[in-house]
Amino acid sequence: MSWEIIKQSLPMFQQGFVLTLYLSLVGIIGSAIVGIICSLVQYFKVPILDKILQVYIEISKNTPLLVQLFFLYYAFPAMGIKLSAQLCGIIGLIFLGGSYMAAGFSGGFNGVSKKQVESGKAIGLSNWQLARYVVFPQGFALSIPALAANIIFLIKETSIFTVIAIPELTNTALDLIGLYYNSNEYLFVLVVAYAIILIPLSIILTLLERRVRYGTFGN
Amino acid sequence: MANEVLKVEHLEKYYQKKHVLHDINFSISKGEVITLLGPSGSGKSTLIRCLNGLEDFRNGEITFENKKVVPSEKNWQQLRQKIGMVFQSYDLFPNLTVLDNIMLGPTKVQKRNVDEVKKEVDELLKKVDLLDYKDAYPRQLSGGQKQRIAIVRALALHPEFMLFDEVTASLDPEMVRGVLNIIQDLADQDDMTMIIVTHEMNFAQQIADRVLFLKDGSILEDTPGKKFFKDPTTDQAKEFLQSMDF
Ligand SMILES: Nc1ncnc2c1ncn2[C@@H]1O[C@H](COP(=O)(O)OP(=O)(O)O)[C@@H](O)[C@H]1O
Ligand SMILES: [Mg+2]
Repeated sequence: MSWEIIKQSLPMFQQGFVLTLYLSLVGIIGSAIVGIICSLVQYFKVPILDKILQVYIEISKNTPLLVQLFFLYYAFPAMGIKLSAQLCGIIGLIFLGGSYMAAGFSGGFNGVSKKQVESGKAIGLSNWQLARYVVFPQGFALSIPALAANIIFLIKETSIFTVIAIPELTNTALDLIGLYYNSNEYLFVLVVAYAIILIPLSIILTLLERRVRYGTFGN
Repeated sequence: MANEVLKVEHLEKYYQKKHVLHDINFSISKGEVITLLGPSGSGKSTLIRCLNGLEDFRNGEITFENKKVVPSEKNWQQLRQKIGMVFQSYDLFPNLTVLDNIMLGPTKVQKRNVDEVKKEVDELLKKVDLLDYKDAYPRQLSGGQKQRIAIVRALALHPEFMLFDEVTASLDPEMVRGVLNIIQDLADQDDMTMIIVTHEMNFAQQIADRVLFLKDGSILEDTPGKKFFKDPTTDQAKEFLQSMDF
């Protein structure tokens, strides 16, 4: 393995690194928003809307991201909707992540005891107020382990973006290998780059989980 | 009746196929205290949960302050500000401080002025000897303290009518008195209209203007308190009082 080759490739990887971070961040935030909306709609059994979102969740959960991306990138233009590769990637990631986040939040919301909900109702809270002051804060704390797993999962899924030629980390490595055939070096950098993102994040999320589990409220 | 707060007519409640309340009829007038007594499983909790819309019921009608209650969730939401309820398990919100627990209803539901409500809550907390715990979280309180706060939380909404479901049943014996005293004060000083489910027979006898005795989902007696404890009409009620060592 040659350090010279690695050094030369670093500026390219740096760009890929930033792009992976950016796409992950947007995807995670978007997924979380979709997830919160879906899970609250399902929690309060909002008529009609909950059925529609259930259909979305089933499609999202039961199709691979790869297929979703191909659909956005190749099938949409055929229907006259042309999106940039990056936009396809972000939409695809949010489409996938939304249902995972919804499941995570739902797990938390459903873990809030019925008695908590009833004492909220007993002081006249509306559904929206119940969600905001009781179900969401308590359920969010309960759903942190699931959300943490989803965050890691979604970051890893961005590697699939390479199939629609978004120059994120994996795509950068594969491109360089295609050009210069130094696969050992480039794959090494690729692994290190993902590790730099995922290992510290994973540690932080574990600490956060532990804090929530032992600390609960009032510490 | 002009000063009738609540009237229940022909109320029937089923849990799926299980018929738990049979043709319930009674009314309560302003300032009156009813204790709802009966063996475990007779339907006491179910009945008072029907009175603030936490349970729906199949047939029957509830009239509150001379208006028929349309049993929609929206309507119950409005009414619950006037019908306070405290449960056996003191369910304060663990994510909020004592003060925020109490303030939530008055400021968010009733949209009252925050400073005004704060002043009033201070007074209420002083009354129940818990002013020092204003900024504590529920987990830092004992069961008895939590239950006193739960009562204050309900009272902060200025209810017309209070429902208590075995509020001392899961408390350590030394905590019971403090909670019962608050309820007694509500009757004596505030003339609060109340339905109280309790297993504290001495307390029930002392506070009850009237007793409803429930057995297997039917009201077997609707009697003035004095009479019920001295001379109950039905054998079932006699048996019940004996079983409570009374
Ligand atoms: N959520 C429920 N689902 C089915 N049955 C219930 C439910 N809650 C109570 N019951 C039944 O209804 C009856 C009355 O219960 P409850 O009102 O809790 O009685 P009490 O408060 O007098 O002990 C009991 O037979 C109980 O098992
Ligand atoms: Mg009960």
